[in-house]
Amino acid sequence: MLGALVALLAVAMAVAVLAGAVAIAPGDVLAALAGRSAGPEATIIRELRLPRVLAAAVVGAALAAAGALLQGLLRNPLADPFVTGTSAGATLAAVSALAVGAPALAVPAAAFGGALAAVWVVWRLARVGGAPTVVTVLLAGVVLTAFSGALVTLLLTASDRLALHLRATLGWLQGGVAVIDQGELAAAALFVAVGLVAAVALAPRLDAFAFGEETAATLGIDVGRVTAATLAATALLAGAAVALAGLVGFVGLVVPHALRGIVGASHRRLVLAAVPAGAATLVIADLGARTLLAPAELPAGVITGLVGAPFFLALLVRSRRIAA
Amino acid sequence: MTTLAASAVTAGYGTRAVLRGCDLALQSGEVVAIIGPNGAGKSTLLRCLAGLLRPTSGAVLLDGDPIATLPRGRLARRVAVVPQVFETLFPFTVREIAGLGRVSRLGPFGTRSPADLAAVERALAALELSPFAERRIDQLSGGERQRAVLAMALAQEADVLLLDEPTVHLDPGHQRALLARVRELAHERGLVVAAVLHDLNLAAALADRIAVVRDGRVVRDGAPAAVLDGALVAEVFGPGLVVGNRDGLPFVLPDR
Repeated sequence: MLGALVALLAVAMAVAVLAGAVAIAPGDVLAALAGRSAGPEATIIRELRLPRVLAAAVVGAALAAAGALLQGLLRNPLADPFVTGTSAGATLAAVSALAVGAPALAVPAAAFGGALAAVWVVWRLARVGGAPTVVTVLLAGVVLTAFSGALVTLLLTASDRLALHLRATLGWLQGGVAVIDQGELAAAALFVAVGLVAAVALAPRLDAFAFGEETAATLGIDVGRVTAATLAATALLAGAAVALAGLVGFVGLVVPHALRGIVGASHRRLVLAAVPAGAATLVIADLGARTLLAPAELPAGVITGLVGAPFFLALLVRSRRIAA
Repeated sequence: MTTLAASAVTAGYGTRAVLRGCDLALQSGEVVAIIGPNGAGKSTLLRCLAGLLRPTSGAVLLDGDPIATLPRGRLARRVAVVPQVFETLFPFTVREIAGLGRVSRLGPFGTRSPADLAAVERALAALELSPFAERRIDQLSGGERQRAVLAMALAQEADVLLLDEPTVHLDPGHQRALLARVRELAHERGLVVAAVLHDLNLAAALADRIAVVRDGRVVRDGAPAAVLDGALVAEVFGPGLVVGNRDGLPFVLPDR
């Protein structure tokens, strides 16, 4: 299964580099990748398309893994960084950093901080009254997203600095990998790698939360430590994803959810499978975003939103029906 | 021989003390039923014994040592708890549920040893769940699900088994079957077993000893026939219950 997903990712990335708004012959693509050619087409491949495809893979993997972690910790298959407002918190922090003119390196750090604060809020809210319910988790997300959105709009209006780069900021806010700085990509990839290692290490212990925190404790889990580590790993993954690509929604929800039906409920298998599956999903979404209305470019977040939101609604309806 | 004892335990939630100087001694090979009226402190006592609730005074001693000093992972290898709640939104298989019992022994990246896998298979076999091992928990009946969660506790291979109202969601046939199996395992393996039960007749039929909790203390502790008499039942549970006896086994029925 894992092999099939990795193969799918490889194929998706290959297609994504070969295809685009500007038609470039495969031979020229390979030459550009190998560094053997120069000129506008090679530039497009090396500095626009390749970083973009790599960024989509990194962000998709990060969001899918973060979704799997959150779903395990909150014992709720409807949780993900976007739905729970974690990405919104990261976005607010990142925009604030940009508005005050923080150096480029501070933006991902701010995003991580914002994600950490947001995911902690969701976790605290979800515990009120004992069992995290669908309603509390979603409510937390609604509140956080609304609050963050309002503040971001305020900052965009009030900040001269942001106004100068308004279009770029808005594009980033809508969630996409259109313009990727290679330094940013490398930094984000590093954070995501660390987050993924933590996710794979924590995943087997998240299974123990299936019947609640008390049972996890009697099974031998240090609940406090595992919870803190999981929240931190989620924040790292979501923060890096937001810093690189802004608000990309629903990948963290849809990918683990779809995978669970195939690989089962074990979080270890889920997190491992989420990495190539999430990466492939966003690579394909971004490919669609830049080719469907070519030469116009949609942010990838539009594709994930258009596909993800109806999917999420369907899941919500089905879960309410089961619970009723 | 393993012993688990609550010694003068006072415990509660916030400022409210539920247990007041409660004593209960458990040992290998015995099934002890903890019974009592609502709010008496039965579940609180069980949670103290499980190390989930720290007493404000007194202590819970495992083989003479306070369990408060044991880290979670080590305690889980000595004391297993069968939870009352076993609903989950995730489609774990029976084998995966049983496998949760080995979580305290996982390697750094969640690796399981052959010993872990063997322990899971033994736990499944002990409860005749092997044919169902690949079935998803949401496709099982209530009785099968309760057995899966019991298998999870057995897979911990602990010396102590604590059950919190394990028969709440079961029909009478399954109630009897589950407790009879627990009793067999307790005797076969020398386990220390305590179960909070609300059904006095189940307790009388399947426990070696009954401990009656009332107002935060154990007020009577002994063999079912010695504990369940008309006077005690009336004093603890109020009027309207009749105590009978059949071949030395007491039973309690509501009085019309």
